[in-house]
Amino acid sequence: MAVLNEEQEMLRDMAREWATNESPVTEFRKVRASGEPEAFDRAAYATMAEMGWAGIIIPEDHGGSDFGFMSVGLVVEELGKTLTASPLIATTLAASAIILGGSEDQKAKWLPKLASGEAIATLAIDEGPHHDPQAIEASVSGGKLTGTKAFVAEAHGADLFVVAAKDGLYLVEKGDGVTLTTRRLTDQRSHADIAFDGAAADKLANGGDDLLDKVLDRARVLTAAEMLGMAQIVFDTTLAYLKQRVQFNQVLSSFQALQHRMADLFADLAQMRSAVEAGLQAIDSGAGAERAAIVAKAEANRVLHTMSNEGIQLHGGIGMTDEYDIGLYLKRARVLEAAWGTRSYLKNRFATLGGY
Amino acid sequence: MATQLEPEARDSADVFREEVRQFIADKFPEELKGKSVSLSATEGPIKETEAQKAWREAMGERGWGTPTWPKEYGGGGLNRKQAAILNEELSRAGAYNPIGGMGVMMFGPTLLEYGSEEQKHEHIPPICRGEIRWCQGYSEPNAGSDLANLQTMAEDKGDHYLVNGQKTWTSGGQWADKCFAIVRTDRSDKHKGISFLLIDMDSPGVEVRPITMISGTSPFCETFFTDVKVPKENLVGEEGQGWTIGKRLLQHERTNLSGAAPGGRAGASLADIAKKYGRTNKDGTLADPVLRDRIADFEIRWTSFLHTARRAVEESKAQGGVSEISSALKKLGTKLGQERAELTIEIMGLQGLGWEGDNFSPVELQGVRAWLYGKATTIYGGSTEIQNNVIAKRVLGMLDHQ
Repeated sequence: MAVLNEEQEMLRDMAREWATNESPVTEFRKVRASGEPEAFDRAAYATMAEMGWAGIIIPEDHGGSDFGFMSVGLVVEELGKTLTASPLIATTLAASAIILGGSEDQKAKWLPKLASGEAIATLAIDEGPHHDPQAIEASVSGGKLTGTKAFVAEAHGADLFVVAAKDGLYLVEKGDGVTLTTRRLTDQRSHADIAFDGAAADKLANGGDDLLDKVLDRARVLTAAEMLGMAQIVFDTTLAYLKQRVQFNQVLSSFQALQHRMADLFADLAQMRSAVEAGLQAIDSGAGAERAAIVAKAEANRVLHTMSNEGIQLHGGIGMTDEYDIGLYLKRARVLEAAWGTRSYLKNRFATLGGY
Repeated sequence: MATQLEPEARDSADVFREEVRQFIADKFPEELKGKSVSLSATEGPIKETEAQKAWREAMGERGWGTPTWPKEYGGGGLNRKQAAILNEELSRAGAYNPIGGMGVMMFGPTLLEYGSEEQKHEHIPPICRGEIRWCQGYSEPNAGSDLANLQTMAEDKGDHYLVNGQKTWTSGGQWADKCFAIVRTDRSDKHKGISFLLIDMDSPGVEVRPITMISGTSPFCETFFTDVKVPKENLVGEEGQGWTIGKRLLQHERTNLSGAAPGGRAGASLADIAKKYGRTNKDGTLADPVLRDRIADFEIRWTSFLHTARRAVEESKAQGGVSEISSALKKLGTKLGQERAELTIEIMGLQGLGWEGDNFSPVELQGVRAWLYGKATTIYGGSTEIQNNVIAKRVLGMLDHQ
């Protein structure tokens, strides 16, 4: 755990308490059972926004608290622990694009609404099942955007899309020329393919040529923060299980073969936490953010992948049942691993940045 | 999180930085620039040049070789912030800390915690001045991972102990002036029968034999004690407290052995080595995509390890105790170090496996020895398996398997 300031500690404690008491995994199970494609609880999100979480990275003069990514990362980590379904990450990332690349008018129009929870926004970048920001075909002509986006997270609840076109990022509101097709993935959250057919598009023109790259850095790091919460809870749950499950007249935690596997996972988790926290800090300080974001997401992918598999294996047969939460983490884990770059993608990018 | 310094603190930091710069300008001999020659436990004694001697004495006199140790025992008396500034300024000037070795890394911090005033005044100042080499008398032929099984006996003879037994893997034993050892003062209790004793290596009855390792010559020795007289005042702490003190020292050792200490890794990057020894594309990227992937994979994990080492320090500092992730540092760092060495020799092909000869560069030959010697890192200082036991039991609270 990074050494936090007082505000951050309060924020983390508040998020932990809320997630534990008001949004345990049973709440996600309710969302799942409802079958709504939107896949989140509007009342819960309104509460989160009331607590200020939707505006953590938004400047104060636009209704936020401007606490930065480390702070929102702490909240996201706690929500990841209980698989809380919400458009908080999506909205925060869309807001970051507006902050980095928007005009004063665009900021004034959207940021206060995003901070208050009145509006929800998300990123629509990739056009296929793989993260590939080099292969964007969507284009804008005469202020109208045409193209398709695939597997857009939190699309159903979104009022606003930050859409990547060939020549930059655009704001597109839901409505005319925007058609969603639901894609149900293993995590049972909101995902949709979106067809944009001459939808009115307003360019984020102030961000420079690397605006998309900067937004992707933030997407990688914040997604990694959610994954960190998940990995932590899978580890904690598995450890608790090993301490109470008795076989051969002894608790499983007394077997050295299992102790050493847990020691390995403990070390992996330490690495993951360090990488994610360093990524969040790098976004806030601006120093080496792109590399730090790649390291954060690559380590999150590596460790959560192993952790989710080991979690199932170490739980034994009971881990295979839908009744146990552990499988829910596995099914969310793979979706997040694919988001904003698999390990292969990220390693390739890391090597390219390193000049080899 | 980086905390913002108060304005006055920033000023005093600036003043201190100025002081360090002046000191380096006055005392650091230009000819030593970029050369690091520290009193190292794992290398043989070097013939000090006049310049090296002058620099060691200058740093030693100031106490800046052991910057955070108390002034009254010859340390620098600096706070961590100042120590960091000192480090920054040294490396900026191409200078180095000439004071090192086991006395600094392990024994000194432990003696400061457990030693009597007399012992501290006797032993700490020479360590701060880089005058005395210490070696570690821990392992024995039948006490490796099961260290508490040690049998070297210190028999109470009134005003002195009579020590008999054998220690092994005493790094730098052949060059050491003194040895901090854990010995048995009571056979009836495995752990409480252990005491922490300081032994002069030139005492009659001490015999040291270097051990040839897979990497060739090595700093490791066998050390034999035959009727060695050790004065009672060389007992640290109480009789029977040796296991507690000895384990505390291992914590210092493990942090240092993780390879995360400043300057833990230097030299060319894996990518640069790969470019030198392998084929590249026209754009300068590596032609072998699989190797490129493996290098990136390693570098990402190494980066997060460095973050972890830094976090362990920050957490320990903030909570005023050893951070629980410190227990994972040794196993992580040593494994990554071995992985890097393996990758390096693989990148070089057979040119990376030279044993001797002019047709290998010194860097290549050193790389081979370092790769072989590096196999010891996951064994000594508590093997990886022992680290796993420690993590499982002490950190994770899993039950003892015995």
